[in-house]
Amino acid sequence: MHPAFSVIFLTTLIGVGQGLFLALFTVESYAAFGLLPAQDSRFYALGSAVALGFLVAGLIASFFHLGRPERAWRSAAKWRTSWLSREVIVLPAFMGTVFLYGAAHCTGFNPVLAQLPSGAPINVTAMLGVAGTVLSFALFVCTGMIYACLRFLQEWHTPLTVINYILLGGASGFVLATALSALVAPGVTGFFGGWAMILTVLAFVGRIASLLRNARLRPKSTLRTAIGVKHPRIVQKAQGAMGGSFNTREFFHGRPAFFLRQVKWLFLLLAFAVPMGLLAGGTTAGSGVLLLTAFAVQYLGLLAERWFFFAQANHPQNLYYQAVS
Amino acid sequence: MTQLALVIDLNVCVGCHACVTSCKEWNTSGQAGPMSDFNPYGADPTGTFFNRVQTFEVGEFPNTETVHFPKSCLHCEEPPCVPVCPTGASYKRKEDGIVLVDYDKCIGCKYCSWACPYGAREIDEKQKVMKKCTLCVDRIYDTNLPEIDRKPACVKACPTSARLFGDVHDPDSEVSKAIRESGGYQLMPEWGTQPANHYLPRRKTQLRIHEDELVRADNPLKIEGRLPKPAMTEPSLDDVTSW
Amino acid sequence: MPAPSAPIQEVKKTTCYMCACRCGIRVHLVDGQVRYIDGNPEHPLNQGVICAKGSSGIMKQYSPARLTKPLLRKPGSERGAGEFEPISWEQAFSILSERLAKIRATDPKKFAIFTGRDQMQALTGLFARQFGTPNYAAHGGFCSVNMAAGMIYTIGGSFWEFGGPDLDRAKLFVMIGTAEDHHSNPMKIALSKFKRNGGRFVSINPVRTGYSAIADEWVPIRPGSDGALLLAIIHEIIAQGLYDRDFLVRYTNAGQLVNLDEKSDEFGMFLRTEVPEEEGCFDPQNKLWWDRASNKPVITHTEGCDPFLLGEFRLADGTPVKPSFQLLQERVKDYTPEWAEGLTGIPAATIKRLAYEMGVTARDQKIELPIAWTDSWGKDHDTVTGNPVAFHAMRGLAAHSNGFHTIRALAILMSLLGTIDRPGGFRHKAPFPRPIPPCAKTPNTPLAVKPNSVLDGMALGWPAEPDDLFVDDSGNPVRIDKAFSWEYPLSVHGLMHNVITNAWRGDPYRIDTLLIFMANMAWNSTMNTAEVRKMLNDKDEQGEYRIPFIAVCDAFQSEMTAFADLVLPDTTYLERHDVMSMLDRPISEFDGPVDSVRIPVLAPTGECKPFQEVLIELGTRLKLPAFTTKEGARKYRDYPDFIVNYETEPGSGIGFLAGWRGKGGEKFMRGEPNPRQWEMYAANNCVYHHELPRSYQYMRNWNQGYLDWSQRSRITRYAEPILIHLYSEVLQKFRLAAQGKGITRKPPEHLKQRIETYFDPLPFYFDPLEVQATDTHKYPLAAVTQRPMAMYHSWDSQNAWLRQIHAHNYLFVNARTARLAGIEDGDWIWVESQWGKVRCMARHSEAVEPGTVWTWNAIGKAAGAWNLTPDANESRLGFLLNHVISEELPDGGRRISNSDPITGQAAWYDVRVRISKVSPGETAETSPQFAPLHPYPGQEERKSLWAYMKGAVK
Repeated sequence: MHPAFSVIFLTTLIGVGQGLFLALFTVESYAAFGLLPAQDSRFYALGSAVALGFLVAGLIASFFHLGRPERAWRSAAKWRTSWLSREVIVLPAFMGTVFLYGAAHCTGFNPVLAQLPSGAPINVTAMLGVAGTVLSFALFVCTGMIYACLRFLQEWHTPLTVINYILLGGASGFVLATALSALVAPGVTGFFGGWAMILTVLAFVGRIASLLRNARLRPKSTLRTAIGVKHPRIVQKAQGAMGGSFNTREFFHGRPAFFLRQVKWLFLLLAFAVPMGLLAGGTTAGSGVLLLTAFAVQYLGLLAERWFFFAQANHPQNLYYQAVS
Repeated sequence: MTQLALVIDLNVCVGCHACVTSCKEWNTSGQAGPMSDFNPYGADPTGTFFNRVQTFEVGEFPNTETVHFPKSCLHCEEPPCVPVCPTGASYKRKEDGIVLVDYDKCIGCKYCSWACPYGAREIDEKQKVMKKCTLCVDRIYDTNLPEIDRKPACVKACPTSARLFGDVHDPDSEVSKAIRESGGYQLMPEWGTQPANHYLPRRKTQLRIHEDELVRADNPLKIEGRLPKPAMTEPSLDDVTSW
Repeated sequence: MPAPSAPIQEVKKTTCYMCACRCGIRVHLVDGQVRYIDGNPEHPLNQGVICAKGSSGIMKQYSPARLTKPLLRKPGSERGAGEFEPISWEQAFSILSERLAKIRATDPKKFAIFTGRDQMQALTGLFARQFGTPNYAAHGGFCSVNMAAGMIYTIGGSFWEFGGPDLDRAKLFVMIGTAEDHHSNPMKIALSKFKRNGGRFVSINPVRTGYSAIADEWVPIRPGSDGALLLAIIHEIIAQGLYDRDFLVRYTNAGQLVNLDEKSDEFGMFLRTEVPEEEGCFDPQNKLWWDRASNKPVITHTEGCDPFLLGEFRLADGTPVKPSFQLLQERVKDYTPEWAEGLTGIPAATIKRLAYEMGVTARDQKIELPIAWTDSWGKDHDTVTGNPVAFHAMRGLAAHSNGFHTIRALAILMSLLGTIDRPGGFRHKAPFPRPIPPCAKTPNTPLAVKPNSVLDGMALGWPAEPDDLFVDDSGNPVRIDKAFSWEYPLSVHGLMHNVITNAWRGDPYRIDTLLIFMANMAWNSTMNTAEVRKMLNDKDEQGEYRIPFIAVCDAFQSEMTAFADLVLPDTTYLERHDVMSMLDRPISEFDGPVDSVRIPVLAPTGECKPFQEVLIELGTRLKLPAFTTKEGARKYRDYPDFIVNYETEPGSGIGFLAGWRGKGGEKFMRGEPNPRQWEMYAANNCVYHHELPRSYQYMRNWNQGYLDWSQRSRITRYAEPILIHLYSEVLQKFRLAAQGKGITRKPPEHLKQRIETYFDPLPFYFDPLEVQATDTHKYPLAAVTQRPMAMYHSWDSQNAWLRQIHAHNYLFVNARTARLAGIEDGDWIWVESQWGKVRCMARHSEAVEPGTVWTWNAIGKAAGAWNLTPDANESRLGFLLNHVISEELPDGGRRISNSDPITGQAAWYDVRVRISKVSPGETAETSPQFAPLHPYPGQEERKSLWAYMKGAVK
């Protein structure tokens, strides 16, 4: 596929936002159960604002993908069948929840609504946090399923796609949370840093798993099934248009295989290896600069990863667009 | 239930591209139009077409087949492009099975094109909505047209009548008969999309000449004395033996 | 339900002109603009279908390459630079008519008019003749004249307009060397019907594209060797006795006795009983057979007699004679399939099998139609017999210097199988068959060209003997292209491809004004393109252009227009009247004559004017007799008026259109002018179709009913039978002249041997002349072009839709051949002949014979031509093979056209090349390149976004 920057930015940016929100609420939950010291609500407010910033940026990026952005509102219509439609519903719902969550923390409007049998209070932010968590995961699933549901894009058609969206988004969010905490809530930097490293390792494992899986894929469609001629040697000579077409622009990355391999190594390095080192160093040293660098490097790595994710997917329609003459 | 479709006979398609431009010509000023062209007089001209003819070479010299292969939307019975559409712009008509795009609802997200294994959809770079073959839905029911003209433009144009049009669910239709009797097949059956359009394969007529067909009593060479009787005086067994 | 499109407001019928096929079209209009063009279902030619080009007519109509104003080259600018200023038509006409009047008053042959793939040769020819110049021809000489001449000199008819394969009834169809643009839609319609009816389709071609793609069998052949294949098949057909003897006896000259007395002036001629005056215009029935029963010579077709086809005999006076069939058998004796295998690359077993398939199908699958008819000798037949083997051939056979003999061999093969004008075989189309050769003749002396006089004869004709040549007393050509001279005696379509070179060199003489209509002689229609472009712009020692004045009429900004001093903007086909006339190349069907018209559906764009109006206006201003009254006043208001009222002679009743003649439109073929003729065509799909009675539809060479009808309709002057010339006396007459025999003119010394060699009365195989003059070890590959079905020659690169299909071209090379040369798929390569080289991209292919490379014709364009941007694919990635083809070959110390020595057919496909990978670092751009042209005044801007829409609800 041709990697569209709108979609690369959309999926990576909202992934950060989702992951960051999960990180925030994880700390709040731990704190609620007394496993971590309670944090200043300004930390949550700031975190939510940052998360929301990423989500909004992702949303804006998504509009660049649309031919008719002014009609974007229509896309909520087919949630029964379309993962894209579901994403379109879940994303604003999640953004709203993050906003309310941040606002509650910011304004201090956080009445206790109920109590757990253990006596732990269930307040507004907890409710919003739970809702946000559910929506965040739902959004990960929607985003991942947009790709995973396309069964003839074999590179994508695997649960690993959804898992990796969760893990990569989660990791990037936790790395950002680690960096933020180093600046405003040093008490939880170690906690975030630990989880960030765990998630980065898990994401690495997930991504390696999908790379290994994809390397072994045998395309189900061949020229034989594409044109219905049973012969081992079929070569295209002309595709009916010589100056290019939507089919050659949308479904080809247009780069040599060598370039693809470079990008693969680049993202493995930037999204996983380098951030791991920086996280370890940054967490130990409590260095916000190192940790912010870790996030920046990982985010760049994720951009490369997402580029590769699209580029590696080989659309069966490409069988029809191999040669001109 | 009706399922309109094209049946494309590769046995007679000579790759003339008549279907390609007749389609563009009708549709650019039709309900799906305009079908824009970028750089029409410059480098790498490119435009919206609903139908293309491609060429493949099968086999190695001298046992080569050149296959001309027209391709347009196949109007799948299980169209993967329809459920993925977030707006409902992409839909399959109940009454005749045509898969269409509602250009007023389409947001141009291209997701349907990703969901089509055949590459049958494209974005119109001017109107920024997805377009594809409509089976000339704005012709085939138009009662202002004479009956004979109520066909897709490509079908009407095709000089080798390699494009048959009709209801593949009606077992008595020309298209169903062609599929049944001439080995009609679907593209990429592995995805279960059940394309309504079918293709008919190449069929070969052979001629076998028996050796004895070359030796006939009425061979005109006999008339010319070219298969002559030997002269009476030429030697024969009678000269050498009496048994 | 989506909204239907806006209703079509108006549907007008006319005739397509996106190629030369002439299909009926319906133009659907909304607000006076074209909404849609489709095939006219009521038209006999295309029956409602339409091709890719026809469907793209809108983009031709609204193309920015259109010329819209008369243009005069800017003073001081170079020819070829395309620098023009607009002028008025009045200025254009006065420039031209002043110049032409002077020429006509002094030496009319200094004016040359040559036209491209136009469909108005009857009018352009009339204009030239009226002007008094012999220097007129259309593009036939560089197209397929060998096909026309080879077949017409053999069977009195030819493929495409004048005849074709009857695929309705054929069982075996052999297509050999056929370009996909010829008779395109009817051929496609017929092919698919044929295949669906279970017919067997064999394609013989170096390349498997288009029609060949759907053949049941593809037989790859080396270019130029078709003659060897056909002669080997003839060898096998005769050796196995698979010929139709009855047909040969009665309908060909197979049984006629040839004088073999080497001392006689009549050596190689048929023995005759008497010689009538008009011989030369038809074939008198005055030859002899050797009767089998009486073992004596008898006059042919004597009732109750049956001739020997084989054997040798001696007349009472001792003259040795043989039936011509015997000579044919001797000729092909050594042309064995094994011999042909080495030349053609086709296994001998395949050649034999093909021969058997043809012979056995023809013999055993006979068709008997219950149609009674009477032959020329008065014999009644209850049925018409058909041997269902059909052939079609075109430029692949024709465009070789051995093409005439190859095509003669094909026509002879078709005759041996008994398939001429019979069901399932070859069928004629009116006005053919015609006598062999047809009667029209050029003058035979330079005295026919006189100041202020009509040319005394036709500019083009059909020589029957040396005395018909258009030469002076020393044997020098009268025409600028040397047509009808000893160099190319039967050049019945002229040699347009040599006009510029000859005029530039002043050989045979310099001319003053060259008027080119619709021919791209500075690009794809010329050989040796780069040099010819220089010649067009070359000046002599006095600083005078070697060709002093060039006028070009075209609807589009072609490469040629850039070299014009005066450009005349023609209309498109949607803006003009035209006639597909019986006097030219009508669209007749097998069942009878058909002619048709174009009627404008749109007003001319800008100041465009149909070329016919230009000719009529010029003719009037020059006071040419056909266009003015005795008093010198204007005779015809305009072209439509001319078409209605012109008669070949006062009161002849013969005009350009055959339909609805007579005062009320009640007559056809012949009758008084009908003032409402155009309306009647308009009301009848623009077509006049006269269906002959069934008994006149077959065997027309010898069908007395048909021949009488044809004579009464003034299609032919004579109603004599047209016997097939297996053995060609016409050719023998030239050979005798070269041998110094007889009383006819003799060729100049340096051409004697050429004439003697190539004017063989029986077909023979020789390597194409260029191959003979090439070191084939150095240049081992044949290079040919194919015509894509979605483009017509160079016409369609200005078409926004069609050019997306063929934006540039590759050289197709057999994958194995390419790898041996170290060339990978897509590599940039040099293609080099002994004449020149081009740089282009290679595409591996398994569908091409290993000794052949090929590309699509005329996709490559000069930068900026056709109003494309200078960076368009056509000029940067596309290329023209013409740069490696020469228009001339060295011939001793002289130069001679790279053409068939008999017909002057341009030998496009004889060139041999070698290929090599470009050096590392070479520009990824085709070579040669030329300075870009810029848009001319009056041309529309090139759009960067084109979203055509007329009349839709939006």
